[in-house]
Amino acid sequence: MALLSKKDSKLILDPLADNNPITIQVLGICSALAITAELKASVVMALSVLFVLSMGNVAISLLRNVIPSKIRIIVQLVVVAALVIIVDQVLKAFAYELSKTLSVFVGLIITNCIIMGRFEAFALGNGPGKAFLDGIGNALGYGIILVIVGFFRELLGSGTLFGFKVLGDPVTKTGLYAIGYENNGFMIIPPAALIVVGIIIWVQRSRNRALIEEA
Amino acid sequence: MKDKLHQLKLKYQGTKMAPAFNALHTFLYTPNETTHSGGHVRSADDLKRTMNTVIMALVPCLLFGMFNAGYQHYSAINGFPENFSLFEHFLTWENFLVGIKTVLPLVIISYGVGLAIEFLFAVIKGHEVEEGYLVTGMLVPLIIPVDTPLWMLVIAVAFGVVIGKEVFGGTGMNILNPALTIRAFLFFAYPTWMSGDKVWVHEAVERAGTADAISGETVLGSLAAGSEPTYSLMDMFYGFIPGSVGETSTLLILLGGLFLIFSKIASWRIMVSAVLGSLAMGLIFNGVVDAGWLPTYSKFYALMSFPYWQHLLVGGLAFGIVFMATDPVTGSQTNRGKWIYGFLIGFLSVMIRVFNPGYPEGVFLAILLMNVFAPTIDHYVVRGNIKKRLKRLKSATIYPKSSDEVDSLKTETA
Repeated sequence: MALLSKKDSKLILDPLADNNPITIQVLGICSALAITAELKASVVMALSVLFVLSMGNVAISLLRNVIPSKIRIIVQLVVVAALVIIVDQVLKAFAYELSKTLSVFVGLIITNCIIMGRFEAFALGNGPGKAFLDGIGNALGYGIILVIVGFFRELLGSGTLFGFKVLGDPVTKTGLYAIGYENNGFMIIPPAALIVVGIIIWVQRSRNRALIEEA
Repeated sequence: MKDKLHQLKLKYQGTKMAPAFNALHTFLYTPNETTHSGGHVRSADDLKRTMNTVIMALVPCLLFGMFNAGYQHYSAINGFPENFSLFEHFLTWENFLVGIKTVLPLVIISYGVGLAIEFLFAVIKGHEVEEGYLVTGMLVPLIIPVDTPLWMLVIAVAFGVVIGKEVFGGTGMNILNPALTIRAFLFFAYPTWMSGDKVWVHEAVERAGTADAISGETVLGSLAAGSEPTYSLMDMFYGFIPGSVGETSTLLILLGGLFLIFSKIASWRIMVSAVLGSLAMGLIFNGVVDAGWLPTYSKFYALMSFPYWQHLLVGGLAFGIVFMATDPVTGSQTNRGKWIYGFLIGFLSVMIRVFNPGYPEGVFLAILLMNVFAPTIDHYVVRGNIKKRLKRLKSATIYPKSSDEVDSLKTETA
């Protein structure tokens, strides 16, 4: 017996590609642009969102029958805010340098459209088990784009991956730098993330033409 | 040769590679399937001819740039000649050889990479190869420093052609000027190779830190650093100053501009209004200095007190106005829009130049910015025109045969 039924695995796999929150729904772009200059920050951001979204989805799903619909946004915000503060405190306690790099963007997970979007669109209408899988799937879909963008921006912009100098040392001129290679300063600045995300969208839509919107 | 190309084209007709062979064929010869009789309008004024005219206007700048590359190189080593004579010191084989060594590879790379991508996209999309890159490929080597590493140029050209043009649908559909996209990419990706006092003279970077170190600061660069430029006005006008390959000679740019205006390829409205815009901004800055509002220790003092009309002689302003701002695809299309568009380009160029010493060359940023706004300007010009005509309609007296036709007539006129 498979671990997950076909329907359940669809909940996880769909947001990874054909219903990706960033490249298809174009949500959560702000943080994708701001923190992807380094791969490490991208991974931590992806994990934070994974935690907040999966836990939040479960919480909202459990509460879905008792939340009055008039004040549901406020209840959702309280849930996200509580989870985000937990993440922020954990980062500050155990990864202080990294939390400084991420600065306000951990706090801004609260306003990430993906999270409110999943609460509204899924958690309010489904049971906690499904909501959990949906949260995992969407957070992974968000995270995978962050990691791809972070990979290219750090590799081309700084010549490192997770801080390791994979292309050689630019100061002492070893590796690729010995033959005149130089880091691409353009990849460090946020507009580069926009272009990388755009290229991912382009590649994805030309591979699967069904994703192209009617003009 | 001609017959062989005909046969080659026929052989590949209908296959995937057809566009590539068609492009080669029509670039060199008239196709063999033209109609020979009948009442057709024949005009040579197609896209290819337009592009070739612009290239002809650019050739003097390119040749001058090649000589200037050598002239700046040797002058930086031996000092500037005291009694300058054009034929003895400038138009020499020595200078030209340096030009061939430095500028020609830039041209070859620019065309090679750009056209390869154009052909590739034409084959993928299955449409004919467009000629749009012919001018871009010529502009690119002229607006970058002589010693730009070739691999950087390869990356930048690939980026500019793909992201600046092909993703929007190719020639005629692009929002940003591809040549300037390429320069902007180089500028932000490799700033150390695009600004400073080392990159404008051949070999200055390699020699830095050694006993033979040479350097050549551009006029704008030294002004931004707060010192007076050492070049005479005539040097600036003729172009015997360091700078990007083809942008230094205001005289030749002026000639190219006049050629483009008289052949009706480029818009004189954009050129004139851009010149007016830069003069206006220069005058404002000079006025601020003359009124004594700016203390002499201000870091803007040297650039702001630079005589307003001399802004046109230094840096890439003149080149940008004549060859970049007038790009018919990315500029404004309406006549009134062209005036606004050009004026703002000149105005903003001088403003960026003065206020941001980190970007002494603000022209390309100003033009790219106005490229983005050109459709908006056109939109409001067209809307304004519609409004004006509606107003005219309201005050007009219409004499219909029967009174109930008034409304239908009014809607028709509007």
